[in-house]
Amino acid sequence: MALLNLREINKKFGGIHALNKVSLTIGGGEIYGLIGPNGAGKTTLFNVITGVYLPSSGDVEFNGKSLIGRKPYQVAMMGIARTFQNIRLFQNMTALENVMIGTHAKTSAGPLGAIFNTKSTRSEERLIRSQSRDWLEYVGISSQIDYLAKNLSYGDQRRLEIARALATQPKLLALDEPAAGMNATETDELKLLIQRIRSDGVSILLIEHDVKLIMNLCDRVAVLDYGQKIAEDIPSLVRQDPKVIQAYLGGDLP
Amino acid sequence: MRLIAQQLLKKITSNKKALLLGYVLLFVALAVLPFLLSNTVGRTWVRILDFALIYAMLALGLNIVVGFAGLLDLGYIAFYAVGAYTWALLASPQFGLHLPFWAILPIGAGVAAIFGVLLGAPTLRLRGDYLAIVTLGFGEIIRIFLNNLDHPINVTNGPIGINKIDPISIGGVDLTRTHEWFGISFSGVHIYYYLLLALLIFTIVMCVRLENSRIGRAWLAIREDELAAQAMGINTRNIKLLAFALGATFGGVAGGLFASLQGFVSPESFGLLESIMVLCMVVLGGMGHVYGVLLGALLLSVLPEILRSTASPIQRAVFGDVYIDPEALRMLLFGLALIVVMLVRPTGLWPAPRRRTILDQDVDRD
Repeated sequence: MALLNLREINKKFGGIHALNKVSLTIGGGEIYGLIGPNGAGKTTLFNVITGVYLPSSGDVEFNGKSLIGRKPYQVAMMGIARTFQNIRLFQNMTALENVMIGTHAKTSAGPLGAIFNTKSTRSEERLIRSQSRDWLEYVGISSQIDYLAKNLSYGDQRRLEIARALATQPKLLALDEPAAGMNATETDELKLLIQRIRSDGVSILLIEHDVKLIMNLCDRVAVLDYGQKIAEDIPSLVRQDPKVIQAYLGGDLP
Repeated sequence: MRLIAQQLLKKITSNKKALLLGYVLLFVALAVLPFLLSNTVGRTWVRILDFALIYAMLALGLNIVVGFAGLLDLGYIAFYAVGAYTWALLASPQFGLHLPFWAILPIGAGVAAIFGVLLGAPTLRLRGDYLAIVTLGFGEIIRIFLNNLDHPINVTNGPIGINKIDPISIGGVDLTRTHEWFGISFSGVHIYYYLLLALLIFTIVMCVRLENSRIGRAWLAIREDELAAQAMGINTRNIKLLAFALGATFGGVAGGLFASLQGFVSPESFGLLESIMVLCMVVLGGMGHVYGVLLGALLLSVLPEILRSTASPIQRAVFGDVYIDPEALRMLLFGLALIVVMLVRPTGLWPAPRRRTILDQDVDRD
């Protein structure tokens, strides 16, 4: 069953046709890769899915419900979590606090509960803390629990962003270039982490420039070029597709 | 030196008995403070202290908006004005209404909260400088309204202001008169001091609890990165409105207490300079840190008064004449102090612990 279903998405910015009739489906438990040259529209597609942009036309359906017109926070509450291409952590907060904010979507304590420190607020707060610790452990940075986000190493910041996204308990995790700037060892560890997340029942949408990572990890890959989907298949077939080679290497093919 | 002091503080705060003793000592000190003042430097100083407590409440309210949620509000004094005028209209001969204290307090808080949402809603898409400009405008609009609402129907008495506001009376005890309890004579300013102190402590507890709650974290998240906050499922519109409403509520309560203590309100108490003064208390003390803001508010409301009362005698003693008007000196020193603090301690005199760097961070903190 399709978890995410995009139908003929168009997105125009003035005269620029950033997305041109892009359709794709992501199934439950799938790792779906999205690649393409710079400026192909990958991040735009991401922003359409997560509610940051409203598509000019077309429909996005998640878990049987349309996402069109929903705000980013509503999309997050419905079960799509994301990370950002240029890491966007809450810099002056600790790693633990970052993840605690991730639990916002699934918790409910209000201002009155906080002011009067009610029993339910206290028990929810304990739950938030222990869950957040677990998520930090899950991504492997529990030793940095009280460090400010801005003081973490680059790789750990990426991990923290994933932990924060997982804390929203998503059905689909959308990762925007998670391996950017990572060395080979860190990328291998990231691969293991993503596989583990999938095996725990979360589908993954992955934008990545690291072709090796995409080929090793993804069940299916779509290629965007100038806002159009030019290929979609299992990785080994996509890499042989003449249109993909042309998009990446340029020039006319015989 | 600083490290030793920190360790000492940690030792004290980790020992429950010592902590309790500290609280008891603080409590006793706060309880005898007004008598100490009125017997040494005079009763005016208790009154000054009363106003300092009101300013502290006001600054803590603004801290929710500016410090926690990161929304630069330059028109905050408007909510103080709304609270003060609500109180004045409901407990003065203006309309012949004389509602009791326990009824006006929640009404004033509620009206201020509604104004907080009304003035906050149009600014939700704005950030930083733009937000500051619009809120500044709103603050002035409220003041100008109060200044001109004396015709066609006289509501606020215009620039003349409203006089003869009822003093707070609890259980038939008028708080502005001197009372004799347990053989000690409590004058009006003393009783107000205890009432304001109790309300301020309540305010502090509320602020600290809010900061360390799910809502407080959401405010901090919006301050740090609004888009990322939305991606975490935070409804930024409602959470921001909540900050405006709660901040305004504190401002409204402080305004009401101001009106009843002063017995008189007029629009000129709620000008732009007052807004900036309260903002300075927040920034100077340590934006986003409840105790820092408290320190800033007390310093900025008490120090100028000390200066006012000492500047002339000192000048006369040293130079034989008064060369600089105390009022001018006040603004000069105030400006200098602000510049020095911003250069030396840009995060304020007592910033929030979370802004410390990793080097002096307490790793086993829970």
